[in-house]
Amino acid sequence: MENDAAIGAYEYTCYRINNGFVKGIHLVNRKELTFLERIYIFEAFKGILITSTHFFKNIFLHTAHLLGFLKGQSAAVTIQYPDEKREYAPRLRTRHRLVQREDGSPRCVACMLCETVCPAKCIYIIAGEDPDPNIEKVAKKFDIDLGKCVYCGFCVEVCPEDAIRMDTQIMDIAAYSREEMLLDMDELLHPGSRKNG
Amino acid sequence: MLVKIVLTLIVIMGALNLAGFLTWVERKQSAVIQDRIGANRARIFGLRLLGLFHPLADMIKLIMKEDFTPRLGHKTLHMLAPFISVFFALIAFAAIPIGDHLMLWGHPVSLQVSNMNVGLLYIFAVMSMGVYGVFLAGFSSNNNYSFLGGLRASSQMISYEITMGVSLIGIIMIYGSLNLQDLVQAQGHYWLSWIPQWGIFVQPVGFLLFMTAAMAETKRAPFDLPEGESEIIGYFVEYSGMKFGMFMLSDFLETVLAAALLATLFFGGWQIPYLFSDGFHFPWGGVWLIPQTGVALLGVLSFSLKIIFFCWFLMMVRWTLPRFRYDQLMRLGWKMMLPLALMNILVTGLIMVLLKEFIL
Repeated sequence: MENDAAIGAYEYTCYRINNGFVKGIHLVNRKELTFLERIYIFEAFKGILITSTHFFKNIFLHTAHLLGFLKGQSAAVTIQYPDEKREYAPRLRTRHRLVQREDGSPRCVACMLCETVCPAKCIYIIAGEDPDPNIEKVAKKFDIDLGKCVYCGFCVEVCPEDAIRMDTQIMDIAAYSREEMLLDMDELLHPGSRKNG
Repeated sequence: MLVKIVLTLIVIMGALNLAGFLTWVERKQSAVIQDRIGANRARIFGLRLLGLFHPLADMIKLIMKEDFTPRLGHKTLHMLAPFISVFFALIAFAAIPIGDHLMLWGHPVSLQVSNMNVGLLYIFAVMSMGVYGVFLAGFSSNNNYSFLGGLRASSQMISYEITMGVSLIGIIMIYGSLNLQDLVQAQGHYWLSWIPQWGIFVQPVGFLLFMTAAMAETKRAPFDLPEGESEIIGYFVEYSGMKFGMFMLSDFLETVLAAALLATLFFGGWQIPYLFSDGFHFPWGGVWLIPQTGVALLGVLSFSLKIIFFCWFLMMVRWTLPRFRYDQLMRLGWKMMLPLALMNILVTGLIMVLLKEFIL
């Protein structure tokens, strides 16, 4: 070990205990601080230099933006959320919706698979009869409690009819009470609508 | 008399407004440094003005909040502590000269609230009294953590007060006065009629020491471990509403005070280089005469700009350097800065004697 003096206290202990070269120990070469670094004043001013470069660059850009120049160059990395939204990935699991058939009726056949598989138990289905003899059952009520939903997407995966999807890209689902967090069938069929939004 | 009252109001309002304004500056400046945008949501009639209404909104929020006193805390002292903090931070401004004489209706009016002989001592005395506010806050809260925070804060303030006082002795030796107006006037002389005899050129080491000590005295980063709102429990945990706001306010007031002191003692106060009582006399031969009122107002303007610059600089330091550990703080204060300050006195004295003996 030629750089004995440079290794830290922890590494040095391991080295002594195991008597010689030890495999699997990562040696950190810590640089000794020079005198100029230790008196700190110059380092502090170097730090202030870095922050002031950012400060003056961004102030310049902000002023230019106010006057209408250099719009292409951004002065901040902030996304001002309600005013501007970033684009979500298409596969992101967002608020649920029920898919409709061509005639506008829900595709759901009330098989209860999603209600069964839901780990948060946030889906409530009441089945009813469909007038069409080819369809056995239909959902009379289909509620999702967003206050409980954990957005796992199991309901989407398990559905044999592709009746429920989570692709509305709606993320803001806040409400003022627990009752208002409940999505009923009408809201699920028409993703844009929200009674309590 | 009336003029004095108006002047007092101007100084107090100026200090308070600048302190309030600094809360906005702190948010925005940190945001700009860190490539963010910062607070910009408060608005009146749809007007945002870069978030300038945020101090106002903060004030309204703080006043509306519940004012809580711990059940077993000392009610009177708990009430008194923030007032002591703000009061002593405010009255220190009385000794600071904001400008030269202003001629009003034929009478010279000194642009200083109180022109006292011992201005510097007065400021130190008042700033030391600030410890009482801090300590009483920790003491009266009936909370062990805030008590410890109060102890930390007072030990830090007392330690750095010594360095702060000692680092200024060099200045006092050279200019030979404790009167702040005299100190500023003495900084209006020139070497070779070219370099102004500002404190920074006369006492560079004293300047660095004083600036560091003043930062520690105002309990701002990198010396903000008595408060450390986000990580360490400070002395004002048990405060809410406007009482907490007053502690914050006294913090910013002390920043303004430190900036004012730095400008007064080391950057020529209201002096502008080459501006004499009748106008500019440039060393390269130009002369630009200005009426006396203009000179006085220019002095006030220059002093304000210097204060604003130092406020900016202190904020810059706050958003650059990481916080010291407690042992590092004490080591820096007692083992490095105090000996350096004492050495500074010795060297200053030696140089003064040598200059007197051999050159003059």
